[in-house]
Amino acid sequence: MGKFRKEGKKEVPQVSTSSLPDIVYMLIFFFMITTSMRDVELKVKTAMPKATEIQKLEKKALVSSIYIGPPRDAKLGTESRIQLNDQFARPDDIADWVLQEREARNEADRPLLTTALKVHRDTRMGVVTDVKQELRKVGAFRINYTTLKGSALEN
Amino acid sequence: MAKKVPEINSSSQADIAFLLLCFFLMTTSMDVDYGITRRLPPPVEQNDDDVKVKERNVMNVLINKNNKLMVNGRPSDISTLKEDAKNFMTPRPGDETAPEVEPKTFDLLGEVMMSKGVISLQNDRGTSYAMYISVQNELARAFNELKEDMAWKHFHKHFDQLNEDQAKAVNDAVPVRVSEAEPAEY
Repeated sequence: MGKFRKEGKKEVPQVSTSSLPDIVYMLIFFFMITTSMRDVELKVKTAMPKATEIQKLEKKALVSSIYIGPPRDAKLGTESRIQLNDQFARPDDIADWVLQEREARNEADRPLLTTALKVHRDTRMGVVTDVKQELRKVGAFRINYTTLKGSALEN
Repeated sequence: MAKKVPEINSSSQADIAFLLLCFFLMTTSMDVDYGITRRLPPPVEQNDDDVKVKERNVMNVLINKNNKLMVNGRPSDISTLKEDAKNFMTPRPGDETAPEVEPKTFDLLGEVMMSKGVISLQNDRGTSYAMYISVQNELARAFNELKEDMAWKHFHKHFDQLNEDQAKAVNDAVPVRVSEAEPAEY
């Protein structure tokens, strides 16, 4: 049977890497589809309080967020400020902002627009109340107090 | 014989793909937001013919600027708030101190006693947001437990296992009656 034996050393064949790009491309497509790039740069701290009775915010496209909290830049003090889009704002600016947000959605979606309030836990309610009053005036009644998951008694 | 075009070396394709992969890995954020959803009441005109609600039908919850709770004029604590709210909203026909009840008929539930109670929540401008959320959460928990009880009593199922119609019926029979007072100027 010696004639079937190959001459020389027996070599382990190299693993073909030609399918490696395909695998990587699959991963890329996964991340491309699931990715949602952070659309605003946060200028305020938003360490949110915890709650248990919470619902998932469905359809991110129909949610616009208001950030309220102490500024990240320590030079601006520790008093809570409101952030709309990319800049600090006053409560009077909210009405215009809501109209802009509505304008950016198509007509059928406008009544379903939810405003998510992302508020820092140490914020005083005065600011939040002002914001809520402005939202009421302009007719944005659907709001969501965005929170983390956890026992509310630990807040 | 035609000259053969040399094949392009594709071994760097993997590297390019990896670069792209790294980019998307870094920029991705798959965070899902959760929160307490509420509906704000429409604005009211400033006139003083406010609806008279009987005192026994209202549970007053006040939070002061030091984050202390007061329920119906007595100091209270967040740890007992849920039970207080649940007791208050549970219909008790014949009890003069409890809120009034009225029978109402639903297609899927039959005749149900509905409480006319309202929980009125008022906070100070100095109350911290964390405390406010805790109170909202405890009140929501009280209502969710009432819904759960109702679902179990009528359908022998948990509330989140009910079908759409059943859930709607229970939601109608146990409305979340938390009213936030107009912010007062101090």
